[in-house]
Amino acid sequence: MNSPVPTDPVIRLTEVNKHYGNFHALRDVSLEVAKGEKIIICGPSGSGKSTLIRCINRIERHDSGEILVDGHRLTGDTKDVAAIRREVGMVFQSFNLFPHMTILENCTIAPRKSRGLGKAEAEERAMHYLTKVRIPDQAGKYPGQLSGGQQQRVAIARALCMQPRVMLFDEPTSALDPEMVKEVLDTMVELAEEGMTMLCVTHEMGFARQVADRVIFMDRGEKIEEAAPGAFFTNPQSPRAREFLQQVIH
Amino acid sequence: MNALDFSVVVDALPFLWKGLQFSLLLTAVAFVAGLVLGTGLALVQHLQVPVLAQLAKGYVALIRSIPLIMVLFWFFFLVPLIAGWMFNNGRPMPVGGVLTAFLTFSLFEAAYYSEIIRVGLRSVGKGQYEAADALSLSTLQTYRHIILPQVFRVTSPIILSQTIILFQDTSLVYVLSLTDLVGAASKVAQLNGRLVEMYLTVAAVYLVICTSASQLVAVLRKRTRIATNR
Repeated sequence: MNSPVPTDPVIRLTEVNKHYGNFHALRDVSLEVAKGEKIIICGPSGSGKSTLIRCINRIERHDSGEILVDGHRLTGDTKDVAAIRREVGMVFQSFNLFPHMTILENCTIAPRKSRGLGKAEAEERAMHYLTKVRIPDQAGKYPGQLSGGQQQRVAIARALCMQPRVMLFDEPTSALDPEMVKEVLDTMVELAEEGMTMLCVTHEMGFARQVADRVIFMDRGEKIEEAAPGAFFTNPQSPRAREFLQQVIH
Repeated sequence: MNALDFSVVVDALPFLWKGLQFSLLLTAVAFVAGLVLGTGLALVQHLQVPVLAQLAKGYVALIRSIPLIMVLFWFFFLVPLIAGWMFNNGRPMPVGGVLTAFLTFSLFEAAYYSEIIRVGLRSVGKGQYEAADALSLSTLQTYRHIILPQVFRVTSPIILSQTIILFQDTSLVYVLSLTDLVGAASKVAQLNGRLVEMYLTVAAVYLVICTSASQLVAVLRKRTRIATNR
């Protein structure tokens, strides 16, 4: 059923569980995200952090528990799934741009097909967001002609063209050469400063300190710790978080 | 043996041209119909549509294990019987050679194209589907705008190679006494007795058309290689 909840919180997860065969990927994870909040999710690999955000727009389906996004309850109902996906933008580790389309086409396909925008309007919007991520001059090129950092900025612009209420970032800088990480993080910082609601899986602790309202630490499918970045980085409560931070920061 | 006299070929050119037109038309129709049907056969298998996927798999396996000439024969002799038994109180309903040729080649090629496209579908990464999902594109939109264009791009050299084979295979319609390029040449040859000249000409025409098409395949291969490298 579609029970509308107050717009605050935008996302609410209640005791979400997810298995891959015998592997328990998410264990009773609960989480509330208010409008405009920036949440950083970190943890060792295999801790379930990517799975968690991929459940929010149903790229992965959860087994039990409840996920509410922008008033829609996430079930098998394809209408609800489509509605949620229109409001939730996602940026992937490996960019996943469409290689056979120009940058402009990458940015206009979903607004045109899914939001029903006209060609001119969609292109105008695409140019607006491409200008925002500082690559309007690349609009006519193909993804393969761009650097990794440029491709990821296009991916951010492509997601923004749907004018989502929430943005999910799944390790957006992990596949980039070190010298390109900054340009992508700068774009994300700008987005954060404009008030976008963001959930970001990342190991970039400097970025986390700079933008996060809350840091969530996960391990073995469980949410272990949830704290303001200052508290989390200077005084982690759990031994596992302490151990993790030592490895990441050095 | 007499010296070769190619003046007979010049006289026969209009007739040969008509034959070639039929060969080309048959190739074109079988290409389009086969590609559409083959894409459907590949998609139901790729999407694992219940029942349809198994039927498609069985159909492709069956067609690919029978020589084309047998399929032509069976279609020509069996379908009138089956159609008659179904719609005409058991009296055979002749299908005719031309219709048999168009239907058989389309259905036959569909099986081969579907295998090419099925492999092409597997070459598109999971991330493309995830990105399309995340952008709220429907399954239909995802395949139409994102997946299939990439599949056709990657498989175009193989599809064109298969189509060259198809063009050569159309010569088999002589068993239905149709006038394709080979059929036209053999009919003329039977009249004037100039078998060698006629068949040499036909071979030359096939050679020119097929080598030109092969050149195109090479160009396409190069282009797709660049596309995947970048």
